Amino acid sequence: MKLTGALAIVEALHKEKITTIFGIPGGVVIPLFDALYGDKKINMVITKHEQGAIHAADGFARSSGKPGVCIVTSGPGATNIVTGLATAYMDSIPVVAITGQVPTAIIGNDAFQEADTTGITRPVTKHNFIVKDPNELTSVLKKAFHIAKTGRPGPVVVDIPKDITTSEFEFDYPEKVSIPGYNPTVHGHTRQIKKVMDAIKEAKRPLIYAGGGIISSDASSELKQFVKTTGTPVTLTLMGLGAYPGTEPEFLGMLGMHGTKTANYAVDRCDLLIAIGARFDDRVTGKLEMFAPHAKFIHIDIDPASIGKNVVIDIPIVGDAKNILKEMNKHAVKLDIKNWQNEVSKWKKEHPLAFMDDELLRPQYIIDQLYKITKGDAIITTEVGQNQMWTAQFYKFDKPRRLITSGGLGTMGYGLPAAIGAQFANPDSTVIDIAGDGSIQMNIQEMATISQCMLPIKIVLLNNGYLGMVRQWQEFFFNKRYSATCLKRTKGCPDICSNPGPQCPQYVPDFVKLAEAYNAVGIRITKKSDVQGALRDAISTDKAVLLDFIINPEENVTPMVPAGAPINKMISSKEDAEAFLLA
Amino acid sequence: MEKEYTLAVIVENKSGVLAHIAGLFSGRGFNISELSVGETENPDYSRITIVVKGDNKIVEQIKKQLNKFIDVIKVTDLSNQPSVHREIILIKIKAPPSKRQEVFQIAEVFKGKIIDISQDTLTLEVTGITEKIEALISILRPYGIQEIARTGRVSISRGMSK
Repeated sequence: MKLTGALAIVEALHKEKITTIFGIPGGVVIPLFDALYGDKKINMVITKHEQGAIHAADGFARSSGKPGVCIVTSGPGATNIVTGLATAYMDSIPVVAITGQVPTAIIGNDAFQEADTTGITRPVTKHNFIVKDPNELTSVLKKAFHIAKTGRPGPVVVDIPKDITTSEFEFDYPEKVSIPGYNPTVHGHTRQIKKVMDAIKEAKRPLIYAGGGIISSDASSELKQFVKTTGTPVTLTLMGLGAYPGTEPEFLGMLGMHGTKTANYAVDRCDLLIAIGARFDDRVTGKLEMFAPHAKFIHIDIDPASIGKNVVIDIPIVGDAKNILKEMNKHAVKLDIKNWQNEVSKWKKEHPLAFMDDELLRPQYIIDQLYKITKGDAIITTEVGQNQMWTAQFYKFDKPRRLITSGGLGTMGYGLPAAIGAQFANPDSTVIDIAGDGSIQMNIQEMATISQCMLPIKIVLLNNGYLGMVRQWQEFFFNKRYSATCLKRTKGCPDICSNPGPQCPQYVPDFVKLAEAYNAVGIRITKKSDVQGALRDAISTDKAVLLDFIINPEENVTPMVPAGAPINKMISSKEDAEAFLLA
Repeated sequence: MEKEYTLAVIVENKSGVLAHIAGLFSGRGFNISELSVGETENPDYSRITIVVKGDNKIVEQIKKQLNKFIDVIKVTDLSNQPSVHREIILIKIKAPPSKRQEVFQIAEVFKGKIIDISQDTLTLEVTGITEKIEALISILRPYGIQEIARTGRVSISRGMSK
């Protein structure tokens, strides 16, 4: 069958069972969009900005486990997806981005809308390709999907010059791929697994520290079986939330900078730390030399380069978490760790996550209510900052792929477009973006995409008028000097201002009007007593709703481990911070 | 402890691969001391010899990161096994006719060749291990070094290939 390159790409996407693509057309991809025009099997979702397209593809992938796909044009189209590629790369998300490129004959001539896409995207992708020979096109696409999905997943860019999409050639989609330099280890070494099981049986205070690797390898049920059999307590990273049910008694909450005291104390006290699909990120470990100082370290990860990168590991196992946990489950027995379990339960009782239950409209209350009203079964995307940390703390995730958040890169503006992707992947689920007023404005234009696609996405906007997380650091560590963090600041405000109040400009912008301009329902909530009703109404409608919660402006995320401190040194206020800085 | 490591990296012989590898070093804050590239016995593959200084932990991480690249076929750490290393230097020095004899003798000791000669200069070619090259440079320094071109080392393991 002879096809043009453009039709061959569409055919390849059919073979890969791709049903939804996000993107924006442009000069060099006109032939490709022409080939997609009216395609019955592929839903082509046009976003308003390429960054929206790549985050939507990423949200689609995280919420479904299938690769997300986006198609953008050359030059600015390609450079606009760089943040999204880096986001997916840091969190190991399978995304395939097809970028148009100027015709092969003029590559390197500074042609109109030309950029060195493979050069620019190389450090933020798992791999990238440029197709210079039409006969390589299908094998490259096959490889791209294979690389994106397997091993430690990640984004792959396929850069396709315009003339490749218009030339005709024999279409043949390979069944198998062979890449000499790529052969991820998926099965754990039997002897290492035995060593791990021996260490676990000997441990008095074992702790599982699991991350996003459990979710990408679909190993939640294996993890649960292991925990239920052995009785080992579990803490999860931000990326891992939902990998173990948040409501089970063995779960200690998230660890790290905004983790629970219980989780961080457990890390500090454990004598065996079993890391699975996690990477000892600095937001997790705090001061590295003081991280789990009494523990022997086990690290199970599919990426050998993750093992031993930050801490010295006593027993490493390279492989897929699901396979390895299955093997471990064959040898798992109930552990005799009653004292340790009691110690941990005592911390859990003494140090629950809490917030002031007063008359102020506090974000933690809103998220707690949202959790109760959705019965924990919504797909939650977040922006980045305080909104994200409050979500991680107060929405309990019982299932994987329910929390969609930019962990490693911390990309503000992620949540709204990611919600679009998640809703397309899960048309029957309730999808909610828990947002901050700073972050959401970084991709607010995607409200138009939501409206045009008639998606019933809900936006729970925690509006504090600040870039809240930075403001919190300024409050704690910079003597309340709110430099550049006030989002309402207008001409006429005093030069120095650390006291938000009634004198401040009121709504900057007016999000209710903004929602209405985008054909969504906008509701402003200023009173605690209106929270439940507003959430209930929003969730029961099939319209897009933006709930503009005007929250306590100087609310903080606590507990908090100051950057570079050991993780058992948690602070909860400006006074604590001052004491910490003096010490 | 900081030490010198020689890595032989077999990669796909394609454009962009060297940039990718160089990018790994700069992006992760590793420093390359020497680098040389050439085709292998299989024209689909190139061999990159990289010399890095660092402690064992850093070099382990470099090896793992290199192995992660899809275009990297194999990474061999030649510092761990019997291997031979060679480098070529072309060195141009000031040598008026009165000094030529001395330089010829030095070239002979170093098993080098005079490959160019002009009114005031001589250019030597010498092959050897790094220590020999360094010794040559220090001996020739008093004459006045005009220009140096070094290839960076190429290395290969001894005996049967594995």
